[in-house]
Amino acid sequence: MTDTVLAPDAAPAQAGRPLALTNLRIVDPARNLDETGTVLIAEGRILAAGRDAANQGLPEGGQRIDCTDLVAIPGLVDTRVFVGEPGAEHRETIASAARAAAAGGITSFVAMPDTDPVIDDVALIEFLLKTGRDKAVVNVHAAAALTRGLHGEEMTELGLLREAGAVCFTNGREPIHDTLVLRRAMTYARDFDTVIALETRDRYLGAGGVMNEGLLASWLGLAGIPREAEIIPLERDLRIASLTKARYHAAKISLPESVEAVNAAKARGAKVSAGISINHLTLNENDIGDYRTFFKVSPPLRAEDDRRAMVEALAKGEIDIISSSHDPQDVDTKRLPFADAADGAIGLETMLAAALRLHHSGEVPLMRLIDALSTRPARIFGLDAGTLAPGARADLTLIDLEEPWVVAREQLLSRSKNTPFENARFTGRVVETYVGGKRVHTGRA
Amino acid sequence: MSHFPHRHLLGIKGLTEPEITLLLDRADEAVQISRQAQKKTSTLRGLTQINLFFEASTRTQSSFELAGKRLGADVMNMSVGNSSVKKGETLIDTAMTLNAMHPDVLVVRHSSAGAAALLAQKVSCSVVNAGDGQHEHPTQALLDALTIRRAKGKLSRIIVAICGDVLHSRVARSNILLLNRMGARVRVVAPATLLPAGIADMSVEVFHSMEEGLKDADVVMMLRLQRERMAGSFVPSVREYFRYYGLDAEKLKAAKEDALVMHPGPMNRGVEIASEVADGPQSVIEAQVEMGVAVRMAVMETLLLSENRGPRS
Repeated sequence: MTDTVLAPDAAPAQAGRPLALTNLRIVDPARNLDETGTVLIAEGRILAAGRDAANQGLPEGGQRIDCTDLVAIPGLVDTRVFVGEPGAEHRETIASAARAAAAGGITSFVAMPDTDPVIDDVALIEFLLKTGRDKAVVNVHAAAALTRGLHGEEMTELGLLREAGAVCFTNGREPIHDTLVLRRAMTYARDFDTVIALETRDRYLGAGGVMNEGLLASWLGLAGIPREAEIIPLERDLRIASLTKARYHAAKISLPESVEAVNAAKARGAKVSAGISINHLTLNENDIGDYRTFFKVSPPLRAEDDRRAMVEALAKGEIDIISSSHDPQDVDTKRLPFADAADGAIGLETMLAAALRLHHSGEVPLMRLIDALSTRPARIFGLDAGTLAPGARADLTLIDLEEPWVVAREQLLSRSKNTPFENARFTGRVVETYVGGKRVHTGRA
Repeated sequence: MSHFPHRHLLGIKGLTEPEITLLLDRADEAVQISRQAQKKTSTLRGLTQINLFFEASTRTQSSFELAGKRLGADVMNMSVGNSSVKKGETLIDTAMTLNAMHPDVLVVRHSSAGAAALLAQKVSCSVVNAGDGQHEHPTQALLDALTIRRAKGKLSRIIVAICGDVLHSRVARSNILLLNRMGARVRVVAPATLLPAGIADMSVEVFHSMEEGLKDADVVMMLRLQRERMAGSFVPSVREYFRYYGLDAEKLKAAKEDALVMHPGPMNRGVEIASEVADGPQSVIEAQVEMGVAVRMAVMETLLLSENRGPRS
């Protein structure tokens, strides 16, 4: 064993050359494990991770890195990432998104099909996955469009797309309005044991709205989106999930009433889960201030009371998972009057740090946070990730929970800079990210 | 001279009571100038004013134009076609182009809320908001206040009923802010479909009946109902709207005998207001137009004359 201190120039672990990360706190929600110990990695897999991992001695010929004061967690799994490739590479490519993901401690992400062309065909899934394998430093998974062109009218070739590697089906940013289309697609999807992840927004109630309906929107003279525009179609979708017995994931809920609806569906035995974007856990409508378009997202940022209720629901596990909802936008879509600007905020690089605010404030235990960011999304979407158990692929993230840092626009790796966290102060930073045992990011200066 | 620490006039929201009083006092002086035979002064000689209107408005644009000219500024009008597709792009691009021509003040009208504020971040001159979407129309509120103050001698404790399409009205928002700041009592009277969410928390009393809302009012301020909102979308029909919310002589009786009738124009006669009232003895609608020029003179003079300029905001 050679001893090294953690440094960026340390040779990345070679395949075949074992790596021992010692003296770190290991948090592995899959095993409900939180203890100080060692992580042993060999041939891209976890040999052991925990207090007793080094009991048999360290492997011959390996490299040892002392990680005192760091925390090892399973690499984050981000199931809702909008990428610009194909079609809008000036905003983000798969490769640039992957670098940003690695910097944010994310080792697997699911790319949304809202591209140009839309990912609704086997060849496009293959393109996306191949580009991911060839150019991305993290694992890239593909979500396929549930309906052709995301038009919400005809279902795509769900079976063939699944076989080609699609991990889930979604209509991306577009809700599905036609209940019959939805019923048939979900009924058909059931046989392929896949999850359908949808956002809900009533096409009429939400029409023309650009921010949360309420006093703030009224003073700003902006058209409001009522809460019911999210809740009504969600309740409808959850009924169809019960009816079809398909697996349904409410991808981006923002209101406590939506949590109630999901809880009710779970209680009646529907196979449903709920996700929330990091933005809705850490920001509220007041952040829009004087028409700041980087805070224009869909669903809209809600009131502070709603945000607090969502944090509570996350802590209780009623909201299963957190996504970044990373959505790169350029000046051409954001430097506009608020109502004309596009929805969306980038989030790959800041999701973990923003989530750690909830840990530091004592609102959500660290174990639950990592569960929501890694273990449970991997389980819901059927990905080989989300644990540091022996035999798992060595996708892991080392974090320094106490390191303070400030988000600087010019340091963001994402090609687009539309972050709502510009100049935000965070406590807790990604120090290293490993994918398949290989170090793909280091945050050490 | 009093202090006016703003570089732009983007809304009433940021103004204090003394700042509003300062503008109204100056506007009173400007009224005198406009009533002289020799109307042109050299206050802003050498300065350039550009009126940038993304939304057509003959009335507001000519009012600003006249105000600038009476102060001796060079005034240029730019009416930009409002292509609904790429409004915003046109806004920033046009603003940057105009900025390179070194204007001293840009007067901006745009259909999107926040457009004037966005523009103010990008240009190096003063910006006056001449109406941004459904957000604010500060010079309209100032001219309304001036009209009321000249007729009633004060703004505090008077009762103002703002009636009609409050939901879509930037005039209503600016007036609610200004009148509250000056100590007036503000009511809104409208069908619930034409009131914004949270209206009860906007420091107003809410009424759904003209008779109740106008009771003892000192001022009845009517709002324009846009044509596309008349039939079946927000109200069932013009006929029904006029019946319940159109101001006619009968409904006006509920207000004080000497109540003022106001309208920001252009009026839809027979929709929100009957001609008998619009042209009647209580109407100050024409006076509003006169006060509009005066208020705009006061605003530009105050923003542009360097002795007023303290720390900029």
